Amino acid sequence: MSDFETVAASENQAARRGPSGEPGAPNQVGGTSTLAGKPRSLAGDAWRDLRRKPIFWISLLLVLLFTGMAAVPGLFTSNDPADCVLARQHAGPSAGAIFGYDFQGCDTYARAVYGTRASLLVGALSALLTGVIALVVGMLAGFFGRWVDAVLSRVIDVVLGIPLLLAAIVLLKRVSSDSSTVRIAAIIFVLAVLGWTTAARVVRSSVITAKEQDYVAAARMLGAGNGRIMWRHILPNALAPAVVVLTIALGSFIAAEATLSFLGIGLKDPTISWGQDIDTGRVHMRESAIPLLVPSTFLALTVLAFIMLGDAIRDAFDPKLR
Amino acid sequence: MFRFILRRLLQMVLAFFGTTLIVYALMFAGQGDPIQALAGERPVTEAQRAYLTEKFHLDQTGVGGFFYRYFDYIKNLVQGDLGESLTGRQIGDILAAAWPVTVKLALIAMTVAVLFGVTAGVLAGIRRASIFDNSTLVLTLLVLGIPTIVLAPLAQYFLGVRWQVFPPTAGSDPDFYALLLPGIVLGSLSLATALRLTRTSVAENLRADYVRTARSKGLVKRRIVGVHVLRNSLIPVVTFLGVELGNLMSGAIITEGVFNIPGVGFNLFRGIRTEDGPLVVGIVSVLVVVYLVSNLVVDVLYAVLDPRIRYE
Repeated sequence: MSDFETVAASENQAARRGPSGEPGAPNQVGGTSTLAGKPRSLAGDAWRDLRRKPIFWISLLLVLLFTGMAAVPGLFTSNDPADCVLARQHAGPSAGAIFGYDFQGCDTYARAVYGTRASLLVGALSALLTGVIALVVGMLAGFFGRWVDAVLSRVIDVVLGIPLLLAAIVLLKRVSSDSSTVRIAAIIFVLAVLGWTTAARVVRSSVITAKEQDYVAAARMLGAGNGRIMWRHILPNALAPAVVVLTIALGSFIAAEATLSFLGIGLKDPTISWGQDIDTGRVHMRESAIPLLVPSTFLALTVLAFIMLGDAIRDAFDPKLR
Repeated sequence: MFRFILRRLLQMVLAFFGTTLIVYALMFAGQGDPIQALAGERPVTEAQRAYLTEKFHLDQTGVGGFFYRYFDYIKNLVQGDLGESLTGRQIGDILAAAWPVTVKLALIAMTVAVLFGVTAGVLAGIRRASIFDNSTLVLTLLVLGIPTIVLAPLAQYFLGVRWQVFPPTAGSDPDFYALLLPGIVLGSLSLATALRLTRTSVAENLRADYVRTARSKGLVKRRIVGVHVLRNSLIPVVTFLGVELGNLMSGAIITEGVFNIPGVGFNLFRGIRTEDGPLVVGIVSVLVVVYLVSNLVVDVLYAVLDPRIRYE
């Protein structure tokens, strides 16, 4: 739950970024540059800032590493995670298995590598779904204002008041299927349904700033309809802060999935998940600690990588800190 | 002000009904034959069936019947009657035994967060961009980024099992020493957030006009920081800690589960593991209410403490 504090804390800063987008705005009014014109100038500055930060490169490297691991786990280990022989339970590191074997006699490292896919899949897809909900709700609330805003803002308040972990426990207890696809889809759905509010607020505030801009008035004068204005002029402004918030949220969604799997209501066997392996490793830590340490390290590094990456990008995009 | 409190109260009521409705709909409604589920494998006699149907209003069908039973559930919840767990104990009794432990743990966590978080935050805010400031920033990012399910078992392994600085598990009726390590683990997240909040707010207030005035009056730095800056900087920190106290009371599921502390979170943890549906629903319902009320209290307190808050 606390990971969402990070997101909440970032919300303020990301929301503040709204008006700062203005310096690039004249380009757009001139009509000479296309959509990409404005973000590029701001992004150009941010990029120069980011390039000098070691924390950005480290986290980017980690994100790429884990994405690669999720895509082609076979590149990182030649062992089969399902090849478990009880006879080698808690056997120490050897040439065949660099981190030894776990309680079930499976290769600890191979399991951690193959567990990356489910974690990243849940994280990325919930962030994506969250983004879609947040963009739609935030855009409608921010653009139309009045009663639409009033209703949607109250909905956001109410959903924000629901404790994520508790609600997720109740929702997921209902899913009895053991099929891995169903469970993954259920977790994604639950996390997105409970977790979209912060991003929606960020989108709403950037839409409110963007719609007051001169170029929006100009577009309206030229006869553009609501749909076109929203799509061509306001969406690009709302996108950047939303993406930053969602990068951080991706990290916390991965942590949330692992927590749910740890509790025994998230992913279940035969899906390999870090949360479950951490739980098994925890129970048998007195016999051998490696099966606890390896998935713990993988999970912590992944979550940290996404949070640090989002943090670094946000700082770079925040001119107040420059 | 009055309107703000009223609106906030209405919001809470909505959230309360929203969440309890979800909890209820998912846990109780539409699960086949509840009477047979209650009896397990044993056959149910006609008389028992008739009695239970009467007792739980199961003869009401359709949407109306659903809401009838939902309000039964709400009524019981408000009256403090949470029913029995699958092991046959009253859930109310389980919770009554568990609360003191959870509160003790939460207070330890809170003390740790306030003592270290606020102190380090003030120091980092005063010496912004120093080595101390930068290292606390990196450290807090690490703490915020590492999930509790990693932090708690690792702390247990290294400090409890390997180096044996603390007892690795608490067991029933834990003393202060046994709760210290779990308290630190639980409080570390609040510590990191409190530190960051304090740092930002001190750094911001140090640039305020009244600080310049105080300095030009010739006040010593200790007084400026200790009286002028600190008072204004701690408003957001105090509210954050208020919210956290509510979170800590309800959010200690993992920590209590890992360290075997017989608190509320541990019972929920065990309820999930043993598939004890009634226990999970009972505890979750109570925790949701605790969470909502603590959020409400803090919001109102915030508005009272900080006159800059707009009530709209």
